[in-house]
Amino acid sequence: MENNKNFVVGIFDDEDILLGAVGNIREKGVKIHEVFSPFPVHGLDEVLGYKRTRLPIAAFMFGLTGTSLALLMQIWMLGYDWPMIIGGKNFASLPPFIPVTFELTVLLSAFGMVITFLIVSDMKPYKYPRQFDLRSTDDKHVMAIDLDNNRLNKDEISRILKDNGASEVNEKNF
Amino acid sequence: MHATSSVREPLITGGKTVGNVSEDISRQVEGKPTQLWWMAFGVSFVFLLYGLYCICFLLWNGVGVWGLNKTVGWAWDITNFVWWVGIGHAGTLISAILLLFRQKWRMSINRAAEAMTIFAVICAATFPLMHMGRLWLGFYWALPLPNAFGSLWANFNSPLLWDVFAISTYFSVSLVFWYLGLIPDFAVIRDRAVRMGHQTRANIYNALSFGWNGGAKTWMRYESVALILAGLSTPLVLSVHTIVSMDFATSIVPGWHTTIFPPYFVAGAIFSGFAMVLTLLIITRKVFKLEDYITIYHLELMNIVIIITGSIVGIAYITEFFIAWYGQVPAEQYAFYNRMQGPYWWAYWSMMTCNVISPQLFWVKKIRTSIVATFVLSIIVNIGMWFERFVIIVTSLHRDYLPSSWSMFHPTMYDIGEYLFTFGFFFCAFLLFAKFFPVINMAEVKSIVKSSSEKKH
Repeated sequence: MENNKNFVVGIFDDEDILLGAVGNIREKGVKIHEVFSPFPVHGLDEVLGYKRTRLPIAAFMFGLTGTSLALLMQIWMLGYDWPMIIGGKNFASLPPFIPVTFELTVLLSAFGMVITFLIVSDMKPYKYPRQFDLRSTDDKHVMAIDLDNNRLNKDEISRILKDNGASEVNEKNF
Repeated sequence: MHATSSVREPLITGGKTVGNVSEDISRQVEGKPTQLWWMAFGVSFVFLLYGLYCICFLLWNGVGVWGLNKTVGWAWDITNFVWWVGIGHAGTLISAILLLFRQKWRMSINRAAEAMTIFAVICAATFPLMHMGRLWLGFYWALPLPNAFGSLWANFNSPLLWDVFAISTYFSVSLVFWYLGLIPDFAVIRDRAVRMGHQTRANIYNALSFGWNGGAKTWMRYESVALILAGLSTPLVLSVHTIVSMDFATSIVPGWHTTIFPPYFVAGAIFSGFAMVLTLLIITRKVFKLEDYITIYHLELMNIVIIITGSIVGIAYITEFFIAWYGQVPAEQYAFYNRMQGPYWWAYWSMMTCNVISPQLFWVKKIRTSIVATFVLSIIVNIGMWFERFVIIVTSLHRDYLPSSWSMFHPTMYDIGEYLFTFGFFFCAFLLFAKFFPVINMAEVKSIVKSSSEKKH
């Protein structure tokens, strides 16, 4: 789908220099494609202007589904489908149903959220990611700038990257 | 942004850089296993095979090959089950609860502790399955599935059924949490393999890492998922041992019918779990030369958790006795008198020595910062915690209501063999994990290199 794209790739050694650089570069009107880091850099999503993820909402909805399904299942099975007297208790009473309800809430919430995460991040076992620099999982922060998306040319962007503390600037074509 | 008090001891020693972290931790995945690894694996595998033979014998002949009798209908199987589940608790405590409390020292130890949790829970699950005798029917009996009885559903009022749901949820959620942490680290090994020219290894680890790219957007979502999983795992881990304790506490057997069981079991679980983490990590850091990442300071902090939880367990023992006396129920009073003075006095006093007295030694700084002392005491604690479960289960059962039913429990070689099986499985699995997976969470450790690493002089 995205063929023959040209990128300028800036390499940063330090997360604090990177954070400052992202702000300055965006102020100059350069659009950053993405920044790849070996570890989560706190505050990076804010300076890049990303909206907060809605995954917590997904987790809550999956959890709510778990709670309702578990309660419905237990009340229907022991209360209506095949009622039995156990220890002289009510057929469908809430307190003994709480443990299973809780466990199923957690189970559905956790699995639903993680599967949603894998889908929205487009992560699959058979997929090779597009890599701008192999050192981005080792010890470098890698900033990729899509030339087709920017008005400035290659040399101008390279100069801005260098001025803002990039230790190397490379080109990458896909 | 990077503020760590200078009073705190560094969490990473040896002046490590971010690049050193990838190098030091990926090394053992990329290299060939050492002779020591093969020896340890060989010994564990022999235990596994012997245990497998005992299991086959049990499945062929029935549960009668165990030493159980009409009075003591639950003994080593449930003791071992509770013991292993308890050990599993430390992993989740370290990865989830300490994450919520923002304790950075968890970062070097959470990966191995979570692996231990997963293997320990598998070991635990084998015992109830074996006790079913016909374990291929286990799912059928334990899960609410339509069946030929019409449908007579599973009994949701039973703590044993709660246990099925609690343990299986705990296992699956811990597995997901552990795997999520491994994803970025698999990508590290993949990219190193590409650079070294090992294409096959790169493909395998890419598949394992789900094609991780490390983009800022992915990291943002990833951190959010990790935080919520921690929030979900925290009540989950507390619920698991609570429900395990209800297997006993909701019965009316004197010695089991106690309301303090849930918190007391949870504290005991964390106590024994930390002891097992210490035993494993002291060996792992030595064998894989990770002394700069798992420092004496880490061991000391874990020992402090052991003092706290060990003291809670000690207070719980005393409270049980006080309430037995104060409650004035003769059967209850006899049960506790019998624990101390009856035929199983030796089990009771082993438990008291190992669990109440030995962890108090960690108040001395010299002892809690000594590797040899920590290693020895961590094993003593786990012996004590095994005796705790044995004391609760067997001594409460063996003096039945009618003196004509009084009896003792004697384990057979099949009781022992199946316990050895779980040890064999546990250590085989842990050794395979330590060989093929990064034993320390690289991404998390890298994030604290700048703030918490000892500077080179």
